[in-house]
Amino acid sequence: MARNGFVSRWRRSSERVNAAVACDVSPPHVSDEVHVLAVDDSFVDRKVIERLLRISSCKVTAVDSGRRALQFLGLDDEKSSPVDFHESSTFKEIPVVIMSSENVLARIDRCLEEGAEDFIVKPVKLADVKRIKDFMTTRVYRFGNEEEEESGGMMMMNKRKLQDSLDLSSSSSPPQSISPSSSSLSSSPSSSLSSPSSPTPSSSGSTLPSSSLSAPSSPISLDSPIRRLKTTITD
Amino acid sequence: MEVGQMQRQWVDYTKSLFLEGFLDGQFLQLQQLQDESNPDFVVEVVYLFFEDSEKLLNDLTRALHSMLFWLATFECFMKVCCFWGFRFLCIFFPPSYRDQPSVDFKKVDAHVHQFKGSSSSIGASRVRNACIAFRNFCEEQNIEGCLGCLQQVKQEYYLVKNKLETLFRLEQQIVAAGGSIPMTELSF
Repeated sequence: MARNGFVSRWRRSSERVNAAVACDVSPPHVSDEVHVLAVDDSFVDRKVIERLLRISSCKVTAVDSGRRALQFLGLDDEKSSPVDFHESSTFKEIPVVIMSSENVLARIDRCLEEGAEDFIVKPVKLADVKRIKDFMTTRVYRFGNEEEEESGGMMMMNKRKLQDSLDLSSSSSPPQSISPSSSSLSSSPSSSLSSPSSPTPSSSGSTLPSSSLSAPSSPISLDSPIRRLKTTITD
Repeated sequence: MEVGQMQRQWVDYTKSLFLEGFLDGQFLQLQQLQDESNPDFVVEVVYLFFEDSEKLLNDLTRALHSMLFWLATFECFMKVCCFWGFRFLCIFFPPSYRDQPSVDFKKVDAHVHQFKGSSSSIGASRVRNACIAFRNFCEEQNIEGCLGCLQQVKQEYYLVKNKLETLFRLEQQIVAAGGSIPMTELSF
C-alpha cells in the first residue's frame, strides 16, 4: 500500500528530512479534536503553523526534525525492533500533508504518488489549514475497530465526525532531488495507535520526494492522488 | 501625543510599509492570528525571525568569507605578478592559491532557502525577493553574483528590521497610553 510504503520511505529518508515533530503520548480516546504533528526545521514556521492549527481547534505537537517525528511515532530505528515496524501499518492511515515553499510540479507529483494527501505551498495561511481540516473531516477510516483486518488503508467516502488525530509535519530543509524540504501533515486514528494489525507488505519505491498539495475544498470520492492533483491544478 | 494621533500614525506607517513592498499579505495573516489569548503573537514571531536571521546571515557570511579572502589575495597576487613578471612569481606562489577555493554552493543555497522561507512566513517580501535572486546565483555557481546578493539581502533585512522595530515601538506607546491597535482600519 502506498501509504505504508510512504512511512517506510519516510523512515529511510528521515535523516534528509529537516522537519520538526513533537510527540504527544496521551492515551487514545475518542475526541473531536484533531491532533496534528507538525514537523519543520524553521523556528518561525513552527511557531506560525502551531498558532494556525491551534486557532483552527487542533491539538498541536511541533518538532524540529524528521528524526524526532519518527521518535515521537515510535518508529525510531534505535528504539524499535524490525517487528515493531509492521505495527506501523497503523500509521499508514495517517494522512500526510506536505508544506514547502518550492512550487515545483514534478516534486508535487511525486509526493502525491508516494502517498501524501495534500501539498500546501508556503507561506501557510489560515484558509489552507481550514481547507485541509474540512477535507479531513469528510474522510472515513476503516480502522475504528481494532479487531478488523486492515484493508490496506482504503478509504470510503462517508461523512463522519473526525475521531482520529491529525498529524501535520513540515520541513523546510532545502530541496534536493529526493529529500522533502516540506512539511507533512499526517493524521492518525486516536484509537489505533497501539493496536496491532496484520502486517502489510510495504511497497518499495523511490525515495521520498517533497511534495505539497492543497486539498480540494469539496470532498471528492477517493481517487488516485494524481487525479486529485489534476483537479487542484485546474482550480 | 494623544492616543488618536498615535493610532493614525500607526495606520499610516503600516500602510506605507505595505505600499513600499516591505511587507505583504502574510503579515496581515499574522495579525489575524493575534487575539486576547495571544496578544503578543506578531511581536514574538517577528523577534524569532530576527534571531533566526542574524544566525543565517552569519552562516552565509562565513560560507562566502573564504571566497572574499581568496579574492583579496588573488588581486594582490595579480598586481604583483604584473609588476615583477608572472612566471617569476608563479614559482613562489603555492598552486593552491592559483586554484579558486571551492565555495560550498549547496550549503549557501540551503541557508538562503531557509532565509527565504522564514522571511516569506512573516511577510517580509523584499527580503524574500532578494533571497530568490540569491538562489539563482547559487544555482549558476556565480560567486560575484552571490557576494552581491549577500549584500542586498543584508541591506533589505536591516531595513525591514528597522521598520518593524519602529512599528512595534509605536504599538507599545499606544498601549501604554491606554489605547488599542486599530487593526481593523487597515483596509487595502
